[in-house]
This record gives sequence, C-alpha cells and structure tokens, in this order.
Amino acid sequence: MPLIACHDCDLLLHLPPVPEGDTARCTRCGGILRQRRRNAIERTLALSLAAAVLFLVAQAFPFLSFEMRGQVTQTTLLTGVLDLYEQGLPEISALVLATTVLAPMLQISLLLYVLLPIQLGRIPWQMAPAFRLLRRVQPWSMMEVFLVGILVAVTKLVGMADVIPGLAIYAFALLIVVLAGAMSSLDPEAVWEKLEVRR
Amino acid sequence: MTTSPATALAAGCATCHDCRLLCRLPGTHGHGARCPRCGAPLHTRKPRSLERTTALVLAAALCYVPANVLPIMTVTSLGKAQSDTIMSGVVYLLLHGMWPLAVVVFTASVFVPVLKILILAYLLISVRRGSSWRPAERTRLYRITEAIGRWSMVDIFVVTILVALVRLGSLATIQAEIGAVFFGAVVVLTMLAAESFDPRLLWDRSATRRT
Repeated sequence: MPLIACHDCDLLLHLPPVPEGDTARCTRCGGILRQRRRNAIERTLALSLAAAVLFLVAQAFPFLSFEMRGQVTQTTLLTGVLDLYEQGLPEISALVLATTVLAPMLQISLLLYVLLPIQLGRIPWQMAPAFRLLRRVQPWSMMEVFLVGILVAVTKLVGMADVIPGLAIYAFALLIVVLAGAMSSLDPEAVWEKLEVRR
Repeated sequence: MTTSPATALAAGCATCHDCRLLCRLPGTHGHGARCPRCGAPLHTRKPRSLERTTALVLAAALCYVPANVLPIMTVTSLGKAQSDTIMSGVVYLLLHGMWPLAVVVFTASVFVPVLKILILAYLLISVRRGSSWRPAERTRLYRITEAIGRWSMVDIFVVTILVALVRLGSLATIQAEIGAVFFGAVVVLTMLAAESFDPRLLWDRSATRRT
C-alpha cells in the first residue's frame, strides 16, 4: 500500500486500494485523500467536449433582451463587460471577464489539452504545468454564481420592463451543469499516474 | 497521551501542493526542491502562510467598510437618480415582497464576507496562540470558508447585468459606482486569504503538545 500524507492535516497514512466510484478520507481530519471515478478520463473528456460547444454558443448568441417602452437592448456576455469598462470601472469589468469568460475558457481548454492526447495514448507537451494550472484556475470560474446574479437582476427589472431570455442563457445554464460534471468526474491522480508511467 | 501521530513533516517529507505526491525532502529544509512528478516547488507547509493570510484578511476587513457604506450603483430613471448600497438593495427586495431573493443577496453579500473574515481571523489567532483545541472542527471551519467565498460575487454580477441591460438613453440608465470596486476587492482578497492559509498549521501544535 502506498504511503501518502493527508493534504489538510499532514498525517501519514497507508492508502488502501480505492475501488472505482469510492472516496478515501483521512482518518484524522476527514479530508479527501483520493476520489476514484469510473472511466474518469473518458467521461471527463466527453463532458469537456460538450462544454466547449456550449461555451461557444453562450458567447456568440444574445444573452438577454430588455424591452422598455418600445426600445430594445440586447446584451451578450462580452458587451456587458465592455459597458462596465466604458463606465470607468476597469477593475470590475476585468474581474467579471476573468470569472465568467476567461477562467471557464481556460478550464475547458486545459481539460481538452491534457485529456485528448492521453485518451489517444500520448502525453501532451508541457502536460505538468498545464494540469497544474487547471487546479489554480478552478476557484475563479464562477458561472453558477453569475447565473444567480442574472436571476436577481432580472427580478429587479420585472416591474420596469420586459426581459426576454436569449439562446445563450440556456447554453450557459447547460454549460454550468456539464462543466461541473466534468470537474467532478476528473480524477487528478489517474492523470498524474499516466505521467509517472511515461517517465 | 500516546505517541504523536506520524506526519509527513516529522518524517522529512512533503506533499506536493499540485499533484499530491509524497516526496522525500533532500537536506534539512529542502529549499528549492521540486516535485519529481509534476515539477511544482515543494514545501512542507505553504510558504509564509500566516503572514500572507493575516495581511490579506486585514486588507479585506478594511475594504469591507467602504464596500458597504459607498453606493454600488446609481439608477437614473426619467431624470431621477437613486443610489443603492448593498444593504439598500436588500431592503428594496424585501419591500417589494421578494424576500427569498432578499435572503439570497443578504447571505451572499453581507453574511458570507463577514463570516469568512471572522473565521479566518479566528483560525489565524488560534494558530498564533498555539491552540490545540479541536483541530478537526477548526479544519472543517476552514473548508467551509474555502467553499462559500465565491458566492459573494453575486452582487458584482447583478450590477454588471443591470448596467449592460439598462442603457436606454434618456429613459433609464444604470451606472456602477465605486462601492462595487471595494466589494469586488473584498471577495478577491478573502478568496486569496483562504487559499494562502495552510490547514496543517492547525494540527502542528496539537502534534507537538502530545510528545
């Protein structure tokens, strides 16, 4: 049994073989030691491919339309960010751009970049930095929080005007589910082991 | 007490922060050592964790005041301008009978940031004072702050969406205000603080006490 240390409390433990679909936890602090998923790489790859398509749809099509006394405005994710920038709040527009567009885009790209070659039996160039970056990006990808923001904003506008959901918003909602599925079916240890075998 | 539990630190090993491989550290401190599997720099504990987290928590607490006092947006409708702070936005939702949303916004924007700052401050103080009290529960507190922090971004997104949607020239416009910048800073700073805190520090003292 391999010796490992708990990432949360540093206890040294012998990790027993974890059956597929199970989670091993630290006996002292309850931290997750290893989460093994069934067909982890295939499933994550499939969900990442779906996420890539949904991401493009969510960016390209109108998000919401807003109608007030005959005047209609349409917005996409990027025009919203641009409006904030023009209002002189570059910090906020950068934060929104990073958390709702750039971080998810990077997440999906890195997943595909690492998993697609692995599935084809190859190790991608610079795999270790790419896969390490994925873990760093993850907390900053906040699409589900953005969706709650949409809900609150639309409710505030309900008395004032008509808000019509666009195609992008449905793609966005699906994207959240699909990407969350991809991240939870990902088994980082299985990916790192591929690298170890190659060395 | 029984003998102290074996930790990676005591065994001269370090877990890689990125790929979680358990590595033996060369020499006494292993400065500049890298993970043989993924190439990440190895540390037994996150470097300067207490100093960094303290600085970030203090900065977040400082930004929290203007974030709540200053307006986050101004709504101009038919010539009338009205500024909203985070609290007045919650009150607006309450007065218009949308109390479930009022609860969501209050929790995300007022309660969660305060809770995060208080929990992190408590954890920092407990480590600095060398507390060995209930490390498992304190670790759980840490995991909670890590998980809930992102939800404070809701109000920033609400402002963004309102600004983007309502641009109707003379009829109505919505302008984002400086309070939103401070609020965004609170969210980012508390997230960075949670990331730089090392929960293993909560266990180090209880381990040495037992020996």
